[in-house]
Amino acid sequence: MDPLRQSPSPSSSRASSPRTLPCEMLGYVGIEAVLDQLKIKAMKMGFEFNIMVVGQSGLGKSTMVNTLFKSKMWKSTMPGLGVPTPQTLQLQSVTHVIEESGVKLKLTVTDTPGFGDQINNDKCWDPILGYINEQYEQYLQEEILITRQRHIPDTRVHCCVYFVPPTGHCLRPLDIEFLQRLCRTVNVVPVIARADSLTIEEREAFRHRIQENLKTHGIEVYPQKCFDEDINDKILNSKIRERIPFAVVGADREHIVNGRCVLGRKTKWGIIEVENMAHCEFPLLRDLLIRSHLQDLKDITHNVHYENYRIFRLNESHVLPRGPGWVNLAPAPASVPAPAGPQATPGPPKVGWWAKDNSDEEC
Amino acid sequence: MAATDIARQAGEGCRTVPLAGHVGFDSLPDQLVNQSISQGFCFNILCVGETGLGKSTLMDTLFNTKFEGEPATHTQPGVQLQSNTYDLQESNVGLKLTIVSTVGFGDQINKEDSYKPIVEFIDAQFEAYLQEELKIRRLLHNYHDSRIHACLYFIAPTGHSLKSLDLVTMKKLDSKVNIIPIIAKSDAISKSELTKFKIKITSELVSNGVQIYQFPTDDELVAEINGTMNAHLPFAVIGSTEELKIGNKMVKARQYPWGTVQVENEAHCDFVKLREMLIRVNMEDLREQTHSRHYELYRRCKLEEMGFKDTDPDSKPFSLQETYEAKRNEFLGELQKKEEEMRQMFVQRVKEKEAELKEAEKELHEKFDRLKKLHQDEKKKLEDKKKSLDDEVSAFKQRKTAAELLQSQGSQAGGSQTLKRDKEKKN
Repeated sequence: MDPLRQSPSPSSSRASSPRTLPCEMLGYVGIEAVLDQLKIKAMKMGFEFNIMVVGQSGLGKSTMVNTLFKSKMWKSTMPGLGVPTPQTLQLQSVTHVIEESGVKLKLTVTDTPGFGDQINNDKCWDPILGYINEQYEQYLQEEILITRQRHIPDTRVHCCVYFVPPTGHCLRPLDIEFLQRLCRTVNVVPVIARADSLTIEEREAFRHRIQENLKTHGIEVYPQKCFDEDINDKILNSKIRERIPFAVVGADREHIVNGRCVLGRKTKWGIIEVENMAHCEFPLLRDLLIRSHLQDLKDITHNVHYENYRIFRLNESHVLPRGPGWVNLAPAPASVPAPAGPQATPGPPKVGWWAKDNSDEEC
Repeated sequence: MAATDIARQAGEGCRTVPLAGHVGFDSLPDQLVNQSISQGFCFNILCVGETGLGKSTLMDTLFNTKFEGEPATHTQPGVQLQSNTYDLQESNVGLKLTIVSTVGFGDQINKEDSYKPIVEFIDAQFEAYLQEELKIRRLLHNYHDSRIHACLYFIAPTGHSLKSLDLVTMKKLDSKVNIIPIIAKSDAISKSELTKFKIKITSELVSNGVQIYQFPTDDELVAEINGTMNAHLPFAVIGSTEELKIGNKMVKARQYPWGTVQVENEAHCDFVKLREMLIRVNMEDLREQTHSRHYELYRRCKLEEMGFKDTDPDSKPFSLQETYEAKRNEFLGELQKKEEEMRQMFVQRVKEKEAELKEAEKELHEKFDRLKKLHQDEKKKLEDKKKSLDDEVSAFKQRKTAAELLQSQGSQAGGSQTLKRDKEKKN
């Protein structure tokens, strides 16, 4: 039995959990009813999900979003001859509420038309990084208010889907630069766009080369290996990691195949069914993003990427009290070794690296 | 952001878009639940009540297990809080349950300060959480939440009204924690007295402005049951861990010569209602109220007390920073002043000590000189004496030799002289 425990003094570092004694319950108490309570609460509050699609124009981003969520999120644009390509990268966000079986999801899709379209694409990732960090900043400001809202609106980007053009060779320098910078700030899922222009063998070879490229340059895409918590996660995520990047095809027209109505693209030599695993890997992408890992994406964004940003911001501007009576932690980022564990931040060097790169960023 | 134009469409009142097929995000609540299961839940109950009202027994009965512990004595000098944490597992749900109990509440002669340790304990838990939240490197999702989610206030079954100690304590606690008042050992009150007692208690609480926890009635699924339960507050409960055979079942009960009181019989007491409300229906809501209402209030007060304000959104970061900088400078200045003071004191002390030591040295020297002089005097005296002694010795020697010489001469002559004398005598 614990002796009379005094309240912990503020200057001691708090242990993560006190000494606990396992207890046997001799009958049914009803604790598992808390799961239902959680569900009710979640359904009442609704869910939020923010996704960003990045890629050159013409890779089928808008169509892909429409296909993923089976609704007309965007008008799939086919720029006519008279429409000039935008000179600067413009981000466009659309928010919709979709409901299925009583579950409300507030979905925000951010598109990046004009990415990689210019002749000189240097620093074309800056506006995107800026946007992502701005969302983090907004959340941080809301969080450190004295009187804050009960539920802080979450506009942080939970997932960034990067469309790789189907060249069949390997990742281009633009892709590598962009992925390197972004994978530290947000969950990145690369996909091979317009995969119907590659045969199956070409696809596999392309995928292998991309995986090699990613490994060579140290790019950790979602699902990140360092956040696998237990053996089940590891197994599941390893299977996914083998297939990244998914070769996807987007379509929002329906056709009749063998008497069934399917989404697909109709060409002279056949109909490519979007939901057919033999044709493309769209179902894998959809399952990853929506059916199995949506909550995980949000959790990693909140627990890792947002925390990294917060550490960086607070160290830089001393926004929060660190004086006497408060636990004085967080020495300068460069000297702290990265803590181990699934909730590990990817490491101060990365944060610092990011800081160096965005030193002209206005906070 | 100079280089981007962000165009947001349909901000407020986003339009609902119809789905053309099954997307699959209806598994979202399940994903959330899975994640929560892997994280585990924690729930903290505070039991406030006088010694002997059956707090530990009620906890044992509620959770169907025997928590360790011995009954407390009545001789505690002050109120102390005893906290124990247990790991309970039911099917796949793991619950970290912390039960905090007041020891010695209501036993003192002077009970004016009885509520203080309780309030301090609750505040300390909030403080710990606030500190963790304000850390730069924080581990919030792994943090063992020790804030009190529910406070069960045990009312003694007098049958008349609330004691003043109860009123005072509840008034102090109602803005810090969710209070659920219960009538303990309610098998001591008859049914008619019980209804009157309950009415009296509720009216006293209302008239004194004590806000007890109301079960939430805004969600249709639970609104009805919560609404009826709200009318039954405070619950009259009985705790018992003994099982007796009634009919052909083993039930928890207390046996008296005049009958048996069954704990889980709704006609006998409100235990089942309490268990329903506390665990099966509203556990999540209790935790949420603690976090979003009581903790936020504490946080706001604490930060305002430290001098932080958010004025308008534009200058907010700056006012925070300015206040912080000002405080920091103040603190540094104080530190410096203290350091100066200490240094000065140190220098002064050193000087004093030096002076003392010099004095002592001087004294020593003087003493040494005196002693030396003394020795010299003595020595001189001795020498004088020695000299005089020597003189005497030499004088004596001289006389001795002179006498001897005389004697030897005399003996020669004396012999003849004595002869002569003898002859003269003879003649």
